[in-house]
Amino acid sequence: MTEPIGALPGNAVAGAAASRPAGDTLEDTALSHRLEEAARPGVMAVPPRPTGQGLVAWARWAWRTLTSMRTAVLLLLALALAAVPGSLLPQRGVAFDPGAVTRFLADNPVVGPWLDRLGFFEVYSSPWFAAIYLLLMVSMTGCVLPRAARLWQSARAEPPRAPTNLARLDDHRRATVAAERAQILQAAASHLRARRFRVVVEDDSVRAEKGYLREAGNLVFHLSLLVLLFGVAIGSLFGFEGRVIVVEGASFTNTRLQYDEFTPGPLTDAEGLSPFSVTLDDFTARFETAGPQRGSARDFQADLTVLRTPGGAAEKVTVEVNHPLQVEGTKMFLTGHGYAPVVSVTDGRGQTVFSGPVVFVPFDGNLSSEGVIKVPDGQPTQLGFEGFFLPTASVDPAAGPRSLYPDLVDPQLLLTAYTGDLGLGDGAPQSVFRLDKTNLSQVMDGDEPFARALRPGESMTLPDGQGTLTFESVSRFANFQIAHDPGKELSLVAAVALLLGLTVSLAVRRRRVWVRVTAAAGGGGATVEAASYALTRREPVPGELSSLLAALPGAEPGGSGTSPHDRED
Amino acid sequence: MPTPNLLAELSDRLIYSAIAVYALAMLAYAYQAARRSHPVPEDAPRLEAVAAGAHAAVRDPQPPTAGARPAIRDAAARRTERIAAALTTLAFALHLAGVVSRGLAAGRVPWGNMYEFTTAATLAATSAYLVFLRRRQPVRDLGVWVLALVTLCLGLAVTVLYTPAGDLVPALNSYWLVIHVAAAIIAGGVFTVGAAATGLYLLRRRADARDAGGQATRGYAGRLPAGATLERVAHTAHLFAFPVWTFAVLAGAIWAEDSWGRYWGWDPKETWAFITWVLYAAYLHAQSTAGWRGRKAGWLALAGYAAFWFNFVGVNLFITGLHSYAGV
Repeated sequence: MTEPIGALPGNAVAGAAASRPAGDTLEDTALSHRLEEAARPGVMAVPPRPTGQGLVAWARWAWRTLTSMRTAVLLLLALALAAVPGSLLPQRGVAFDPGAVTRFLADNPVVGPWLDRLGFFEVYSSPWFAAIYLLLMVSMTGCVLPRAARLWQSARAEPPRAPTNLARLDDHRRATVAAERAQILQAAASHLRARRFRVVVEDDSVRAEKGYLREAGNLVFHLSLLVLLFGVAIGSLFGFEGRVIVVEGASFTNTRLQYDEFTPGPLTDAEGLSPFSVTLDDFTARFETAGPQRGSARDFQADLTVLRTPGGAAEKVTVEVNHPLQVEGTKMFLTGHGYAPVVSVTDGRGQTVFSGPVVFVPFDGNLSSEGVIKVPDGQPTQLGFEGFFLPTASVDPAAGPRSLYPDLVDPQLLLTAYTGDLGLGDGAPQSVFRLDKTNLSQVMDGDEPFARALRPGESMTLPDGQGTLTFESVSRFANFQIAHDPGKELSLVAAVALLLGLTVSLAVRRRRVWVRVTAAAGGGGATVEAASYALTRREPVPGELSSLLAALPGAEPGGSGTSPHDRED
Repeated sequence: MPTPNLLAELSDRLIYSAIAVYALAMLAYAYQAARRSHPVPEDAPRLEAVAAGAHAAVRDPQPPTAGARPAIRDAAARRTERIAAALTTLAFALHLAGVVSRGLAAGRVPWGNMYEFTTAATLAATSAYLVFLRRRQPVRDLGVWVLALVTLCLGLAVTVLYTPAGDLVPALNSYWLVIHVAAAIIAGGVFTVGAAATGLYLLRRRADARDAGGQATRGYAGRLPAGATLERVAHTAHLFAFPVWTFAVLAGAIWAEDSWGRYWGWDPKETWAFITWVLYAAYLHAQSTAGWRGRKAGWLALAGYAAFWFNFVGVNLFITGLHSYAGV
């Protein structure tokens, strides 16, 4: 074996990009391990241009470029940058506020459509975002799998022979010991074995290696990322997410038609949902009553009666924020709440044509809410009402009607009225929260639009006997999010493995230790040299060599040597 | 047991006191940096080998021109350094007491809003710095920068972000708040040390490159520890903080599954946690990539740190999302 350490590792690193033939010398493996600290197997930072002719050589070059560390770094950087616009621009199906994309398009008629075409409102499902992470996964796999093979080989191989000049290694010590060579070597070997090194004893030296777990951890980490991606894919292909509003006293059955909003995956069995049903018996909310955070929400609680299967036993369940209802793999979460004023409407003929709670959608923290009441059965003309519900009413001169506090202190319903055609007849879908005013005319009170503020129990009568609306009482409603994700268990397992693998790979230092014994110059005793070499970018474990030397028979305390702190690489 | 109001008031006063002492400690570190002569002796021995006399001489190279004046200056600088470290420890104790009494006043973990998160995260930064210092890592030149950041953030916390102690909004009422946010705070503290070391490393490296001898000898950069030393400190900090941050993100995902029904929804907070994670992952990979190790890797680490802060400040204040309930 020729001089194994061609250069000090620190210096060699500078020339690392240079291509070198694959070999099994210490220099080569040690150096490449150093280069590939985080993930990369026998791949150079920049692969050399293809030397051969033809497609195969180019394909090989392309593959090596894709699986090189530099490409991985660039792809990671690209992934980070590509994720940014999705957090700054409104996103479809992601956003907190579902109308945000439409509003953005309306506000930016020039730029908006272009951003839309380029997928900027669906960044995380856009082809370019997918391209980056899929390339990254391919790059990673192409890098990690060969590394697994090498780990398997090196785990079965013996630690390599000691380099000729131990003094050139990271950490090196020399000591004179008054003992026999064989005795010293045995003592060193048993010391190292006790510390779980893999040890080989030779005539004049001991070689040892430790920290294979680092590579295993690294491998587990990277493979877990693939499993995690797989788990995410299963969830988005077979799972669903839906939203529903349930008013106190009303029920919801888990079938697609009962959802206000239902987002299935491409392969979701939307007809085979878990057939449970719930009734919202009561909803309670508690708010901070005093202090600077007056009005902040403190407790929400939805009391439900649950039938887990049709015709099954009724069960009382309380659902709170952070405490969802779970039925088989489907979870039902409480995400919000609001008020549903209960009204009854009589039409021009004096018949009651509408009675029940109407959901008003909150638009601020004090639950100022807006909504509409549609009375399609009204005669001689259909009736529509539009306005605000305020749990604690006030009229701000600038901002208009606003609630001062989210709880029911002084509830008022402020309405204006319309007559005509609600536009429900033509079958076109329309929002239950908006009036289509195309064929409606506003009811007037002289020159002013007809408008009234009602407290519970009060009524208003439209001019010319067109009808009467009574504000009976106030109910609450709860927003529920219902989700089913068949991939989440797999994702959780992957996440745990990912974290364990990562921690192990960053915490364990893979290193080699050599001990060589030569006869001391003046006769009497022997000179012991010990050296260690880190295969990761971290320095060797402090004190490891000195404790090894101290454990030798007849050792003097101390011993001189170099430590990585002396190097300025 | 004092009343919650008294405890809350005590907490506020302790934080104010901590700010004052932090400012003094920062000034002491700045003075020490200004007094010290060139070049920097290698830091205190970390490996036993240094005890051996012959090597100690090699590892503590005095400049050939070293006369009596630099020696006196260095002695004074070392004294100032000890004073700075003592002040930092005192400020840390006040700060810790402030955070703990806040928690007792509110009857919950003291990181339920932006003010509390800032006080806790700066506490973590000081803790991380002190741990590095105690473990004889060569971090004293980081002191002035870490403390400047801590003082500034605490100052903003008590003026702009201040919220009186109170209960939590229901969405935060979960034991995951303890786990997820604590992990984020610890990671943030250690990332701060990593970022300070990286910043100084880049400064030193640039000065080295400009100096004809390849080793900066003039100016502030010339007084800093060698580039390799700073890089090693940064690497150690990042190696520790990265798995903790990974844990914070995963714990957040589990909490999200428990409270919103999906473990990942690209909410702005989640997105920026992801961006932070990816940038630090890129840093760790770049540290092993020829052509990226050193300068470019350093910039990736700083970008990761910037993303971490943007996630806290920018996402909370400028972007609406599911995490917006935390309030100022």
